Amino acid sequence: MKKDININVHHLTRVEGHGNIVVNIKDGTIEKCQWQVPEAPRFIEAMCRGRHYSEVGRITSRICGICSVGHTLASVKATEAGLGIEVTPQTKKLRTLLKHAENADSHIVHVYFLVAPDLFGAPSVFPLIPTHTDVVKRALKLKRLCHEWGSAIGGRTTHPTTVIPGGFSKLPTKNDLEEIKAKIVAAVPDLAATLETIKSVAGNIPAFDRPTEYMAVCSDKEYGLYDGDVQTVLPDGTKEKYDVSDYRKITNEYVSPASTAKYTKNKLESYAAGALARFNNNYDLLHPEAKKVAAELGIKPICVNPFMNSVAQVVEVVHSVHESLRILDELIKDGIKEEEPIKPTKFATGASAVEVPRGILFHEYSYDNEGMCTKANCIIPTNQNHANIQKDFEALVPKLLADGKDEKQMELTLEMLVRAYDPCISCSTHYLDVKFVK
Amino acid sequence: MAKAKVAFFDFTCCEGCQIEMTNFGDAAFLELLNHVEIVEFREVMSEKTKEPIDIALVEGSFTREADRKRLEEIRNRAKIVIAYGACAATGGVNALKNHMTDYKEDVYGKDAGMPHLDSQKALPISAAIKVDYCVYGCPMDKYELLRILSHLLHDKEPVIPNYPVCVECKRNGTICRYQEGDHCIGQVARAGCGAPCPADGIPCEACRGFVDKPNEKALKKVLIEKAKFSEKRAESKSRIFSANLRSDAQ
Repeated sequence: MKKDININVHHLTRVEGHGNIVVNIKDGTIEKCQWQVPEAPRFIEAMCRGRHYSEVGRITSRICGICSVGHTLASVKATEAGLGIEVTPQTKKLRTLLKHAENADSHIVHVYFLVAPDLFGAPSVFPLIPTHTDVVKRALKLKRLCHEWGSAIGGRTTHPTTVIPGGFSKLPTKNDLEEIKAKIVAAVPDLAATLETIKSVAGNIPAFDRPTEYMAVCSDKEYGLYDGDVQTVLPDGTKEKYDVSDYRKITNEYVSPASTAKYTKNKLESYAAGALARFNNNYDLLHPEAKKVAAELGIKPICVNPFMNSVAQVVEVVHSVHESLRILDELIKDGIKEEEPIKPTKFATGASAVEVPRGILFHEYSYDNEGMCTKANCIIPTNQNHANIQKDFEALVPKLLADGKDEKQMELTLEMLVRAYDPCISCSTHYLDVKFVK
Repeated sequence: MAKAKVAFFDFTCCEGCQIEMTNFGDAAFLELLNHVEIVEFREVMSEKTKEPIDIALVEGSFTREADRKRLEEIRNRAKIVIAYGACAATGGVNALKNHMTDYKEDVYGKDAGMPHLDSQKALPISAAIKVDYCVYGCPMDKYELLRILSHLLHDKEPVIPNYPVCVECKRNGTICRYQEGDHCIGQVARAGCGAPCPADGIPCEACRGFVDKPNEKALKKVLIEKAKFSEKRAESKSRIFSANLRSDAQ
């Protein structure tokens, strides 16, 4: 039987920012299948012009309240590259610790509050409070822990205060680090419980493979997050490294007439960023405990099911917790040295790449001789994923149609797909808001 | 007594103030739910309602005429409207582009003229609808929001400080940023945050807006004389979070 299906999800729920899903199928023929982004533009990069280098990170942090730690880190790193500042090993370690806090924090919110309701068959976390009280309490406890963990280093987690070009405006004390370590250690059993919860509902994750290119920060020393170059991996396992300063050549932002968002591409027609892209690029450098969890959840590289991004996030939470305990032990053993922020040695242009929870983030700034910003550019992971989401739609809708899914099932699956990417749409600084003919 | 029906809405912003709501921890958050019923919150719920609501919490600035209708609908449904976070309360950082004319070209280059990139001045939501209370700050202080909600649930009038951040630094025993060779604009900034920024070694940038009748001339003079700012930098410093509150706001 030839079907008519009309899906029009206006302002998709349980994602950050505003996105629409539109699918029109007439007599079994797909006439329209689109992921649209109607978010209001904010022009944050233009606002950086004329601002002193010490102020720029506090402005670009405001691009996103969820990834504000990552934006701040990307911002100060790019500024430091432009100002010829080499930060100390202690600064790098503390920033990496802060980055782990943010990734764990954001993944907890995404997996528990935004994705889990679909897997439990609930419209939100609120109906789960009476039915799954322990799960909700555990989620709120873990969220609070990550907030305290990040605040111990960054001052606060939404728009951190202490991260400045050259180092930190205030350092945690050894006592602060010992306290946060004790809290993280106490939360380790909650990770095991998280694993059990996810395993109990993992059967509801749709099976759908679409090979694509995966881009992530990559380092020889660690699972790339704060530090490293850029790398992509193709579905056949071919890897290639790129220098951060070449970021424009590998992101290739372009305007597609069929899309609301600016698209990016590198070797293939689109690429993916995020936890799954990091997992596919950097699996070998995961903490052994995280590898164990990956095996238990049945995910291994190269995984080409975009719905598994949420599973890769669970693996990353375990990695961040154990890796941070290791970093904390080192810092506690060495003690915190009072270090003045490093001063600029030049005023020029610098770029950076940092992994935020949703994927690779690029910042670039130019400075004049007074240290005032003359140009800023930020390329955000969600922007880089828009083209990949669209390509997933184009492959998934015919499959769902062939599988005989009805309108409601198709709508839910497409919503789940978008949510799996954990899009952060108000972050997506570069997009074009095209009106579609209805 | 029936629980107050509370709904959350978002406009142009980073949604960081919503995220602050998830940082209360299990005990405080679940306790809050003993007193209010959250009936709509797009970022975390698929449930929606067309019913009247007791308290609407609105985040984000009013930046597009197209958003006016949605704001008016919220106003019509809600007994109390609270603008939470700097973007909704004052326009916040979004207003930092209001004095510029070339921001579209800077970000979009040759595509800047496309009609759908339309963006007006970033304004507080009070430019479109009547607002009953504001929770200032970028990000807002989540405990101030709780305090205001608690006051409203007990029929008390919330008190929002109208003294400068300097008072809170003195109270905290925080060394003045000027003493440290830095600058600060806490002299004209509205307190209520507990002055975390100077305590963390960075200047106050007035993310909560200004006290009533701020002395802008004196601020500029201090920035030039004590912090050795250029005339231009001193002139524009307070735009970062409070462009709409300056006497030259357009």
